[in-house]
Amino acid sequence: MTKSRSVGLFEALRQRQKVTPLADALDKQRINRLAHFDVPAHKSGRGNPELTEYLGARALAMDVNSMKPLDNLGHPVSVIKEAQELCAEAFGADDAFFMVNGTTSAVQAMIMSTTTNGDEIILPRNVHRSAINALVVCGAIPVYINPGQDKRLGIPLGMSVADVKKTIAEHPNAKAILVNNPTYYGICSNLAEIVNVAHAAGMRVLVDEAHGTHFYFHEELPVSAMAAGADMAAASIHKTGGSLMQSSVLLTRKPVNPDYVRQVVTLTQSTSASYLLLSSLDISRRNLFFRGRDMYQKTMDFADYAREEINELGGYYAFGPELVNGDTVYAFDRTKLSVHTRDIGLAGIEVYDHLRDDYGIQIEFGDIGNLLAIISCGDRMMDVERLISALEETKRLHEKSPIGLFDHEYIDPVVMLPPQEAFYAKKRRVPMKESVGFVAGEFVMSYPPGIPIVAPGEKITPDILDHILFAKEKGCFMTGTEDMNLDYIQVVV
Amino acid sequence: MELWYTDEHTSDVRFSMKAIEQIASKKSAVQQIDILDTPAYGRVLVLDGGLMMTEKDEFIYHEMLAHVPMAVHPRVKNVLVIGGGDGGTVRELTRYRSIESIDLVEVDKDVVLLAKKYLPFVSHKLKDRRVKVCFEEGLRFVRGKKAEYDLIIVDSSDPYGPAEGLFTREFYGTCFKALREDGILINQHESPFYAAHQKSVRDAHRHIAQEFPVSTVYQAHIPSYPSGHWLFGFASKKYHPIGNLDEARWNKLRINTKYYNTALHRGAFALPSYVLDILKEEENFPCR
Repeated sequence: MTKSRSVGLFEALRQRQKVTPLADALDKQRINRLAHFDVPAHKSGRGNPELTEYLGARALAMDVNSMKPLDNLGHPVSVIKEAQELCAEAFGADDAFFMVNGTTSAVQAMIMSTTTNGDEIILPRNVHRSAINALVVCGAIPVYINPGQDKRLGIPLGMSVADVKKTIAEHPNAKAILVNNPTYYGICSNLAEIVNVAHAAGMRVLVDEAHGTHFYFHEELPVSAMAAGADMAAASIHKTGGSLMQSSVLLTRKPVNPDYVRQVVTLTQSTSASYLLLSSLDISRRNLFFRGRDMYQKTMDFADYAREEINELGGYYAFGPELVNGDTVYAFDRTKLSVHTRDIGLAGIEVYDHLRDDYGIQIEFGDIGNLLAIISCGDRMMDVERLISALEETKRLHEKSPIGLFDHEYIDPVVMLPPQEAFYAKKRRVPMKESVGFVAGEFVMSYPPGIPIVAPGEKITPDILDHILFAKEKGCFMTGTEDMNLDYIQVVV
Repeated sequence: MELWYTDEHTSDVRFSMKAIEQIASKKSAVQQIDILDTPAYGRVLVLDGGLMMTEKDEFIYHEMLAHVPMAVHPRVKNVLVIGGGDGGTVRELTRYRSIESIDLVEVDKDVVLLAKKYLPFVSHKLKDRRVKVCFEEGLRFVRGKKAEYDLIIVDSSDPYGPAEGLFTREFYGTCFKALREDGILINQHESPFYAAHQKSVRDAHRHIAQEFPVSTVYQAHIPSYPSGHWLFGFASKKYHPIGNLDEARWNKLRINTKYYNTALHRGAFALPSYVLDILKEEENFPCR
C-alpha cells in the first residue's frame, strides 16, 4: 500500500469514528417530546419526581424503552448495529456486542457459544467466578491449568505456553481455551503464542479482558486480544474505559459466527436494555478512539510515579514491569498499581481497611498479601499524593513483624465433579470448620477479586479451609455460600 | 457601569465588594488567579473565584498564624510554611531574628510570581535570605521529612480545590512526623458558622486530634471571610497554648503588631460554647 493511500484510509477511519449514532438517536428522541404510552412508567421522570431530583432530569429523559428509532439490542438493525460496528472497528474486531449485564455476561456468552454440555474447556483456575458460573449453566467440563505463582508476592501469574501445550496434548478434544488477560494485578500471558498453539489444535481462544480495555488504545501497553488473534474477548469498558458501571463489550473475530453469538447472548440478556448504559458505550468508544492514547499515557505516568514513590517509602513493594520473565509474566500492565504489603506485617486487606476507615481513601481491593489501586485519567495528582502519604502513615503507625502472616500458595484444585453436576447435586449443609474432605456444592470467594477459593465440584482440603478461615479473620468480604455468615457450606452428599 | 466582585460564602449567602479594576488574571496550572483593586478592601487576591486575602484585613490572619505559636514555643529555629504563596505569613515570621530558616512550599508558582509583582505589602519579605521557596505539592514535600521543624504553619486555601490534600489525616500525620519532639502545627481551620465550613472544621479537628496529644483551636475576627468568625488550629507534641505562653519573653521582643498581643492570645482560646461542643464531639468520634 502506498503511503498516501494508507494516510487516506486512516483519515477515512477518523471520519467514521467521529459519530455516535446511538447516542445521537437517543438525544434526538429526548427533544422530540413524544407522548409516551410505553414503559418505563416514570415517563421522562414526571412519574417519579423524587428520583428525577436525585438522578437529574436529563438522565431520566434518556431512560427509555427500545423503539423504532432506537433499535433493539436483541435484534439490532439500525443505530445499535451501526454503533456496534464502529465499536468493532475501534477495537480491531470483526464484530462487537454491547452488553448491559456486565462483563460477567460477556464471559458467559464466550463460554456458552463455544461449548455445550460435556465439552471440555481449558482455563486457568484463577478465573473470575463468572467463568465457572457459565460452566454451571452450560455443563462444560473445566480442565484447569495451574497458573504460575509468584512465591514472594503470592499472586497468580499467567499461563505458561509449555503448560498450555501439555494440557492441549492431554485434552485434544477440548473446544476452547480461556485466558485471563491481564489478571486483576496486571499480569499478562504470552497471548499471541497461546493463540497459535490453540488454533493449531483447532480450539477457540476466549480472552477474559475485563481489565484490559485500555490495551487497544496505547502502543506501549501489552497486546490486546484482538490484535493477538484471539477469537473472542470480553472487555469491561466500564472498568478502565470510562463507560457506566455494568456496560461492557464482547468482541469477536471471524470465523466466529456473530449471529450464533447474538442468539447465545440473547438467552440471558435483558430485553429491556438500558439506554443509559448503551449510550455510554457509544460515547466512550468515540472518546477512546480519539483521546484514549492521551488518557492512558496520563494513567501510566500517574502509576509509574506512584510506584516509584511507594517503593521509596520502604517496606511496601509496588511491583511493575520488572516481574516480566518472558513466560508466566509475559508482559505487565503499567496502569495497574498493585502493592505488596506483607513485608510491613499487614495483610493487603488490613491496609485497605486503614486507607478506607482512617484516611477516607477507597481502593479496589486488598487480599492477603497485596492491595490494588485503580489509576485512571480521572485521577488528580493531589489524590495520588494522598494515597502515597496514607500508605506511609499506615506503615508508620501500624507496621508489624511479618511473622505469622499466612503465606498462601496456589492450591491445585481437586476436581471431583463438573461444576454443573455439583451445583445441582443433592447437598447438605456442614459447619465450615468441619468441611474438610467433602466435595463443595457451592463457591467460596473473597470479593473483590471474585476468584473462587473453592468452586462447586472441588474437594475441600485442609489448605483450602485454612485459606478461607484466614481471609475471613482478616476481614475480607467473603461471598458465594448460601449462608451469609459463611459459618456453613453446602457439600455434595 | 459598576464593577462588583462577589464571593459566594455559601450557595445561599454572598459577599460583594465594589471593584475599581482587575489588576491581573491568570489561569495557572493549578487554578484561576485574579487580583483586584477595591475601594473598601484595597488589593484583593482571588483564587478560583474565592476571596483569599485583602490588603485591608490580611494583617489579622497572618499575625494570628505566626505570633501565637511564636509566643508559646521558646526556641523556634526551623519553620515550614505550607501554602501561603502570597508571602504574608513569611513576612510575620521574618520579624523573629531567632528563626534560622523558613521553607515555603507553594503548589502554584504563579501565585508567588503575581504576589511579588502586585502584592508587595505581603510578599516583600520572600527575599529574606532565610527563606527558601519550593514549588511542590505540600503533601509530597512533607512526606520524606522526619523531625526537621519546630513549627509548621499550614496557610492553605479552602479544602475544595488544590488545598484538599492539606485537610486530610495523612497530611497531619506526616506533619507530626516532620516536627521535632516539641514541635507545633498551626493551620488555617475554616469557620464554624456555616454548615459547609463547619464540616471542614470538624474533619480537620478530628484528624488532628487523632495525631497530636495537644490539639485545640483559637479564633479571630476577619471581616472579609465567610461569617467573619475564623478559626486556627493549634496542635502540638508538648506545649500548651496557654500554659506555655511566655508573655514576658514575647513582649520583650517589641514586635509591633496591629492585631496580636499577649492578652488577646489568651482570649483567642476562649471559645463560644457551640464551638466547644463541635470540638468535643469530634474528639469523641469513634475511631477504629
